Amino acid sequence: MKFFYQLKLDAILLPVIALLICLGGWALIAGHGKTTVSVDDWGDKVTKTERFGLSKNLPSPAETWTASKPYIVEPFAKRGELDQGILRFAWLSLKLVAQGYAIALLLGTPIGFFLGLSKNFTRAFDPIIQILRPVSPLAWLPLGMVLFSGLKVVDSTGRTTFGTSDAAALFTIAICAMWPTVLNTAVGVRAVPQDYLNVAKVLKLSKPKTLFKILIPSALPYMFTGFRLSLGIAWLVIVAVEMLIGKPGVGGFLWQQYNANSYAHIILSILTIGFIGYILDRMMSLIEGRFRSA
Amino acid sequence: MTPLAPILELFKLSKAYPTPKGPAVIVRDFNLNLAKGEFVTLIGHSGCGKSTVLSMVAGLTDATEGSMILAGRETNEAGPDRGVVFQSPCLLPWLSAFENVMLGVNQVYFNAPKVERRELAEYYLSVVGLGNAMHKFPRELSQGMCQRVGIARAFALQPKMLLLDEPFGMLDSLTKIELQEVLLELWRRNKLTTLMVTHDVDEAIFLSDRVVMMSDGPEAEVGDILTIPFARPRIRAEVLTDPRYMEIRNHLLTFLNERSHIRPSRIKTPRSEETETVACKYESPVAAVTSTQ
Repeated sequence: MKFFYQLKLDAILLPVIALLICLGGWALIAGHGKTTVSVDDWGDKVTKTERFGLSKNLPSPAETWTASKPYIVEPFAKRGELDQGILRFAWLSLKLVAQGYAIALLLGTPIGFFLGLSKNFTRAFDPIIQILRPVSPLAWLPLGMVLFSGLKVVDSTGRTTFGTSDAAALFTIAICAMWPTVLNTAVGVRAVPQDYLNVAKVLKLSKPKTLFKILIPSALPYMFTGFRLSLGIAWLVIVAVEMLIGKPGVGGFLWQQYNANSYAHIILSILTIGFIGYILDRMMSLIEGRFRSA
Repeated sequence: MTPLAPILELFKLSKAYPTPKGPAVIVRDFNLNLAKGEFVTLIGHSGCGKSTVLSMVAGLTDATEGSMILAGRETNEAGPDRGVVFQSPCLLPWLSAFENVMLGVNQVYFNAPKVERRELAEYYLSVVGLGNAMHKFPRELSQGMCQRVGIARAFALQPKMLLLDEPFGMLDSLTKIELQEVLLELWRRNKLTTLMVTHDVDEAIFLSDRVVMMSDGPEAEVGDILTIPFARPRIRAEVLTDPRYMEIRNHLLTFLNERSHIRPSRIKTPRSEETETVACKYESPVAAVTSTQ
């Protein structure tokens, strides 16, 4: 037993056990195919595959792996617009997320500062923010389509490079992802110790100097918490957005595979989304930790 | 020594906070004059409003009533002409000790060449004994060292006067004594008018020319003023063995323990006379500027 703890095996073993339990549960619920070959009245051989099980259309772990293998083994392959390696899809999604997230930060941070600095601004805008904040991305997207209807950026060959749906997608990501940044920045600005502000007052620092030398450095740890949460939401929203507008990406792939009845790829997409979301969160946590200790 | 014109005049300074039950008066009619180069200490019980007075002088809190004249000019807002050392050193944790000092220096000497500004900051940091640690960050420094930076920051502004808000309150007694010496040395070199708030009786006696005892809050006011007669420069051992030391100490402690609840303005006898007699009990090397009126 002691040996067990010394090797810190529990740190590896326990997650593995949990994973096996989950896989077992999945395998239990999942359906399995049974192929029967019979000879019909005309003497022809008929192969018939029937699925059985608790949820007979849910692919089992093994089936999922077999079906997903080409997408994982060649993660950057491009076989067609809607048939690409899984990481290639993820990359397309990430690019869109990055743009929307950038807009969210550029809008959210100043709004957060205004909220944190001005009581009247908070009184005026807080009710609106509280009402808009819980609105689902699925609700924002149609509004974005209306807002940017008719928008079209065409390149020299006449192909639309940036259309209504792209703008609506960015709009949806930005407006859903900016709230944690707005609120955390506001909290961070409000939490700037009075002592630091006194230093600014005694030294008669100008407004921009107070902002850059005192307020921003002091609120930075809070701001990064907001940035991290915003990134999480942006990644959450992208799937919904891609599903609705049918853009190639992980979410688009998921929806298209559902419509094409290849259910195994839905699970592949879900796991990919989860993994990438986790990696993004870890990355942001690392950056956040750097600022917290500073 | 001829009495010098006061550099700081506080006239009927009052602070009240509005509450649902009418204004809560913290300080009422606080009058005090400080001569140029004088070291005055405000002493009183916790929460008696001494820090409020200092904060009003610093311009960090607005006075409800009364006026304040600094070097012949009425002032009511904060500015770098008053160097403030806070109880917690309030160094900005994202700046090194040197950058913390430079923040103020850059602000005050914005038209001086960069080399001079750096030299100024380096000079004051080395005077307070941080010559080797000036590029360290506050988290790498002990509390005492942080407070040294705080003192260097205040002096580097070369202000008209220095305001100290219980600067050594959070330090252990050995560090405290060390820093008192650092402060006195800097004060002696710069001849800076100083107003300090403390609740440490020994610190008040060792450092100041005059000790202003404040009556208990709310509605605190000047209760009594005592002139400290020891010649400067002071040497701690000599001051402590001086027979007058215990007498002064007892006077202060008696006030704080027994008389601080009495407000001179509420007593029928003319109060100026009363405080005056106590203030003049000892012959002072520094001119005793009229204190209460």
